[in-house]
Amino acid sequence: MSAADAATVVATPSATRGQRAGELGRALLRSRTFMVGAVVLAFWVLDAIFWPAIVPHDPSSTGTDILVGPSGDHLLGTDNLGRDVFSRVLAGARSVLIVAPLATLIGLIGGTTIGLVSGYHRGIVDDVVSRIVDAFLAFPAIVIALLALTVLGSSQVTVILVIGILFMPIIARTVRSAVLVERERDYVAAARLRGDSAPYVMLAEILPNITGPIAVEGTVRLGYAIFAAATLSFLGVGLQIPSPDWGLTVAVERVNLAVNPWTVLGAAIALATVVVAVNLVADGVRQAVEE
Amino acid sequence: MTVSASAPAAAPAVRIAGLTVSYRRRGRLLRVLRDVSLDIRPGEAYGLVGESGCGKTTVAMALMRHLAPNAVVEAGRIEFAGVDVLTLGDPELRALRGDRMAMVYQDPGSALNPSIRVGAQLAEIYRHHRGLAKADALDAAASMLGLVQVSDPKAMLRRYPHELSGGQQQRVMIAMAMATDPDLLVLDEPTTGLDATVEAEVLDLVEQLRDRFSAAILFVSHNLGIVARMCDRVGVLYAGQLIEQGPARELFADPRHPYTLALLRCMPRLGMRKDADRLEPIPGALPALGASLPGCVYADRCPIARAECRVEPPPMVESGPARLARCLFHDEVPAIPPSAPGPLGGAPHARAGEALLGLSEVVKRYSGDVVAVAGVDLEVGRGEVLGLVGESGSGKTTLAKCIVGLVDATSGEVTLDGSALSGARDREQRRAVQMIFQNPDSALNPRKTVRSIIGRALRALAGLHGRAQDERTQALAASVRLEARHLDARPSALSGGLKQRVAIARSFAGTPALVLCDEPTSALDVSVQAAILNLLVDLQAQEGVSYVFISHDLAVVRYVADRIAVMYLGQIVDIGPAERVFEAPHHPYTEALLSAIPTLAAGARPRIRLHGPIPSPSDPPSGCRFHTRCPRAISGLCAEVEPPWQDGADGHRYRCHIRPDDLARAQRG
Repeated sequence: MSAADAATVVATPSATRGQRAGELGRALLRSRTFMVGAVVLAFWVLDAIFWPAIVPHDPSSTGTDILVGPSGDHLLGTDNLGRDVFSRVLAGARSVLIVAPLATLIGLIGGTTIGLVSGYHRGIVDDVVSRIVDAFLAFPAIVIALLALTVLGSSQVTVILVIGILFMPIIARTVRSAVLVERERDYVAAARLRGDSAPYVMLAEILPNITGPIAVEGTVRLGYAIFAAATLSFLGVGLQIPSPDWGLTVAVERVNLAVNPWTVLGAAIALATVVVAVNLVADGVRQAVEE
Repeated sequence: MTVSASAPAAAPAVRIAGLTVSYRRRGRLLRVLRDVSLDIRPGEAYGLVGESGCGKTTVAMALMRHLAPNAVVEAGRIEFAGVDVLTLGDPELRALRGDRMAMVYQDPGSALNPSIRVGAQLAEIYRHHRGLAKADALDAAASMLGLVQVSDPKAMLRRYPHELSGGQQQRVMIAMAMATDPDLLVLDEPTTGLDATVEAEVLDLVEQLRDRFSAAILFVSHNLGIVARMCDRVGVLYAGQLIEQGPARELFADPRHPYTLALLRCMPRLGMRKDADRLEPIPGALPALGASLPGCVYADRCPIARAECRVEPPPMVESGPARLARCLFHDEVPAIPPSAPGPLGGAPHARAGEALLGLSEVVKRYSGDVVAVAGVDLEVGRGEVLGLVGESGSGKTTLAKCIVGLVDATSGEVTLDGSALSGARDREQRRAVQMIFQNPDSALNPRKTVRSIIGRALRALAGLHGRAQDERTQALAASVRLEARHLDARPSALSGGLKQRVAIARSFAGTPALVLCDEPTSALDVSVQAAILNLLVDLQAQEGVSYVFISHDLAVVRYVADRIAVMYLGQIVDIGPAERVFEAPHHPYTEALLSAIPTLAAGARPRIRLHGPIPSPSDPPSGCRFHTRCPRAISGLCAEVEPPWQDGADGHRYRCHIRPDDLARAQRG
């Protein structure tokens, strides 16, 4: 027995599933990184749900006060159509918080399936799938997304699908490498010895043991998804005017940067806080899983 | 061996006094060492033995002051070279380590830097500690490699660690440790990862180096036989406490602590057989880490414990000349009767009757030219236990996987009850042939409960559902002596022995005809091993099942097997009734395997040694595959001509050019 073993003897928790989940929860609650991210993220989620009740003005109602600076009535001033910038920032959270999680979920489902199949079967299946994944990853994702959205036309649904599909190969790679480790373990051999089908072994035996890396990958991807959704809106192939979406707002209002910088900065800072918050959560989850 | 008994008054090289160490975990301190005190005299080899989790490695690491970051030394001193190692500053510690104290680790592969040549790693010690110039340091490195008997030291200097075999790597590690002629050498399970034949060579080397160097040695091992062979004095650790100490031979011959006695009694010794002797496991389990133990740490498992044992920790008392035991009733220990032996579960040795499993010309070739199994013919009778032995790389596990259907044989035929097993097996064939794996941690899905692990096997192999499945799960769990409360636990909550019981229950779910046991006890401590072996023997007798039992531990194989097959480089070289295979005349390879076993008895048998590692299965030697290492090879014959099968007594056969009478004469000396 080495010192490391001695330490693991000490460190090995003997726990049932409930205790395990509880332990993970406690580890997350102890992590300051996770808590800060979670609080900020929770704020934006609540805002995305309840903004109609908390905005001071209707975010799409125009007015005669055009491009005025921050004031008591308009906390972040107004834009070139006289709409209240603060209200539009609050309302803009919804689109990004619908698009990004759904896109990530699609990416996770597809990527996990691909990763499980290619990692478990190895051989020809793995070779073919891995080469396709490599080919996908060889192109800059944003270029593929631009092309796809130009061809398919842009709507919330297409943006979700495109980002989700683009995530699949990346997630598949992570899952595949986790599966390669698990499939060599003898409980998989034992399952094959009793004649369990490949889908059963993948889903019932292997999948529960790789939820850690999948959770980490999911939270990391969520941050990228927010970023990707905003980028596509900014490039004009995502959501369309008059949506208060942040990426779109930055694109449209950037000409007014000199007159009322808040028209741009409000949305930009909001976007930055969400991305940073998600990344903090991702870091916290990764640390907790590794513990 | 130079025993320093001639200078008993000499100041100890190392003095550990009252060492108490805990690990900090989640804000709690879990005690792993309790008041450990021991001295090692200059030139003396001190063996530290105990089961896993008893604190052996923590003592070694504390001595090097190399404890894990979460370790806390709560009390005690470690005096070495006149200073307290525990209070040294970093520069002094650096000067001490590698110069006056050195350590050899269990896994040489990870202790050597894989990206630096062996010569540079070894020379660095001479440059750093002796201030030699580069060329001189390399010369010194080469001569040190000569001392550890590496063939062609100059060539070795230019190699990278991955180019060396495990035995060579460990020689290099020993060379690095001895380079500065240290006053203290710590060996932490130095041969645990090596094959028995290589282990024997490395131990020979350490013995020779002891005559040449004067280092005090702390030898940490779980293997009592090795410690008995290598050490002058021995300390036995249990639950972080030194419970007995004394001269090695005397202590093992006449233990004075109930734990030492129990440890010795639960080991299968070479020659023990399931139908004649029952193994005696130690009841109960090691106390949990950090448990508060008001009295004797062993009281809960001790057959002679009384009320006064549970009041306060017993002191270390003199139990004989130069002997110490931490037991109030140490003089009663020799009179402890063997624990109620229980019914002898072993079935009478099966005699050649109906064949159950048949292998004919089975070959398994992996991609490339690696031929892991090179034409094996074999029969296993109904209710028979066939032991399969050989070094790692001999193809034992691959053969087992071919039989059980985890890999498909490249050619040849596997039959069960006369019908061929090939390609996809049907439920009946899967039910009939099951496997118990070496490592219970890996064999059980950590996310499933015991109930669902056993239940799934019952559903898939026995076709049971609902109530019937539930009832059978409980019956099966009871038959492997699992308690009802274990059924809803997950593997992480179970000890190694309990996990292996679950794996055994699973393999018996479909009332198999044949179970492959692939080193089922090698990941377990000896006291647990005894219980698992008893269980396997009982189940075999009750169910009338056949085993193919793979193990590198010849005493274990001898204990359970009716017949034994010895494999070398993918071929069977020796096969027959267990008692015949282990007695002369037998294949020279079997002879070498047997003489590599370190035994508790002093200087028992003449040793023959194999040199070098097993050759690569991708390029086996011509003629007899064993001729490159065989001490009895006949020049001009064995290298050219494949040896014939020779027939011995009782159906014993071996593959060699030497006829039984000649071989018997040579081997009996």
